[in-house]
Amino acid sequence: MSELAKVFQNKKAFIGFVVADDPDADSTVKNVVALAEGGADLVELGIPFSDPVADGPVIQEADLRAFKVGVTPDKIFEIVAAIRKETTVPLVFLTYLNIVFKYGYDKFCARCQKLGVSGLIIPDMPYEEKGDLAPIAAKYAVDLIPLVTPTSGHRIEKIVKHATGFIYVVSSMGVTGTRNTIKTDLHQLIQQIRQYTDTPTAIGFGVHTPEQASELGAIADGVIVGSAIVKLVAQNGTNAAPALKKYAQEMKAALPVLSAE
Amino acid sequence: MRQPINEAKNDPKFQKELTDLLNNYANRPSLLYHAKRMSDDLGGAQIYFKREDLNHTGAHKINNVIGQALLAKRLGKTRLIAETGAGQHGVATATIAALFGMSCEIYMGKMDTDRQKLNVYRMELLGAKVHSVTSGSMVLKDAINAAMQEWASRVDDTFYVIGSAVGPHPFPEMVRDFQSVISREARAQILKETGKLPDAIVACVGGGSNAIGSFAEFINDPSVQLIGCEAAGRGVDTDQTAATLERGSTGIFHGMKSVFLQDKFGQIDKVYSISAGLDYPGVGPEHAALNASGRAQYVGITDDEAVDAFEYIAKTEGIIAAIESSHAVAYVEKMAPKMRKDQVIICTLSGRGDKDVASIAKYRGVDINE
Repeated sequence: MSELAKVFQNKKAFIGFVVADDPDADSTVKNVVALAEGGADLVELGIPFSDPVADGPVIQEADLRAFKVGVTPDKIFEIVAAIRKETTVPLVFLTYLNIVFKYGYDKFCARCQKLGVSGLIIPDMPYEEKGDLAPIAAKYAVDLIPLVTPTSGHRIEKIVKHATGFIYVVSSMGVTGTRNTIKTDLHQLIQQIRQYTDTPTAIGFGVHTPEQASELGAIADGVIVGSAIVKLVAQNGTNAAPALKKYAQEMKAALPVLSAE
Repeated sequence: MRQPINEAKNDPKFQKELTDLLNNYANRPSLLYHAKRMSDDLGGAQIYFKREDLNHTGAHKINNVIGQALLAKRLGKTRLIAETGAGQHGVATATIAALFGMSCEIYMGKMDTDRQKLNVYRMELLGAKVHSVTSGSMVLKDAINAAMQEWASRVDDTFYVIGSAVGPHPFPEMVRDFQSVISREARAQILKETGKLPDAIVACVGGGSNAIGSFAEFINDPSVQLIGCEAAGRGVDTDQTAATLERGSTGIFHGMKSVFLQDKFGQIDKVYSISAGLDYPGVGPEHAALNASGRAQYVGITDDEAVDAFEYIAKTEGIIAAIESSHAVAYVEKMAPKMRKDQVIICTLSGRGDKDVASIAKYRGVDINE
């Protein structure tokens, strides 16, 4: 079983996201530890990109804060090494394909494995284009987390059939950012995915309230929160850890509890 | 996308509709004009201009927009969105949306809405809504990002009319096919006029749609030299440039593996050119391949050279060409004198330059506001 599959074992997972090096390296370490202490089952670390086409303004601004302090992939690997001294919380990266391509697929995945980064989420890599990266990621036991959107339609089978780790279910079309209402029939979308795979599903994009966690947690195996957490980082600067821990506790508490089998 | 494109390509009804609109609405075939004064003045090769500037809406962009809008209609879409740099593609899209009775929204970087105000108003006159994009460096690539984001959020009724030969497969190929009408006509026209193939084809390259359309039908004629002119801005060796193939490296962005201006970490560079239509940090994948194989050569033309050429072709031929196209004219000025008088260059004038008059005046320090 992959590291990530364990995240969803016998529980509904709360997944938090922060942009690495926002607002600086030390704060990122503290923020990840705080999320983990608050109950996050998995943390996504965003690697900033110059053109984050899947991200809304909140995450774009966080990327800019990270660029201001000179973020690079190597610096982020150092941040991960520092995180690993504090917590064993599972980690995945969220970034754009050119960053990984430029670093070198082999070198990047090898470092992920060494530092315990279990997966990659690459929103600008369509399933059809993943041919070069997939075998290398597999060699280093790094899961490539596929994204399923409400318009994936007939491609869903292909996208999820051989998916490992988990499946990132995009709640509604558009970019990341908090939404008050999610109109997609997620229940049906998840049912469709489950026809083809037992790999766990987690819903993201627009999720921010405990009510949503409770509602979406009943449908999927986990919920992902990005922009709402990044907003807390923006508001609290280098002292965001207490707020993040409290937020993670609230979200985790709102998730449905699975009865022991 | 692939399937409907292929079906349309092989559907005689679609092709008939396309040809009909190109000929009876967009004013095709465009002229292949023998620029005798300029040829004499430069004293070398005979220069022919493929006059895409005479198309309806004033640029080659309409060729591709008509094709894509027909596809959109075929797919039952009712709303067209597009990115635009100089505004020519936006104007073409707004025009065809008006003609087809579709709604239309155009994404344009704020830098470009500022320097191409006339085109912004033109699009609004045509009934389009223009979004001034303030993210990133506020130019063409950011407009593409914004249009892609919009498309991702509203794919049900919307068709993204991409303006250049860029983006994920099969977009670059589709744009090339729609723009190939340029070289299909030019090849027949020059054979009729001179009885032989030309020696060189010269076209400007941003993303590369007019260039790939100008090259396409000559790629298998090895005697025809293919030359793409990129915007070198303040110089290929400065950081204020858009000369992708001279300075860039391989990357994956906007859904394509191609050559991009980027730093060593893969962050896409900010680019600069006086021309809003050429300041794109990448180039269509087919140009990257033609460059790598050596089949086509790519050269950088600076702002200064392009502005000089803008003025030169106006004074010698009475043609106000787009600043984008003036990059190609600048290279023709360099190469023609070194060639024999019986040799032939075809240079594509991708667009007309009315939209650039104000910024050229500004560049020359002339105040044209009353």
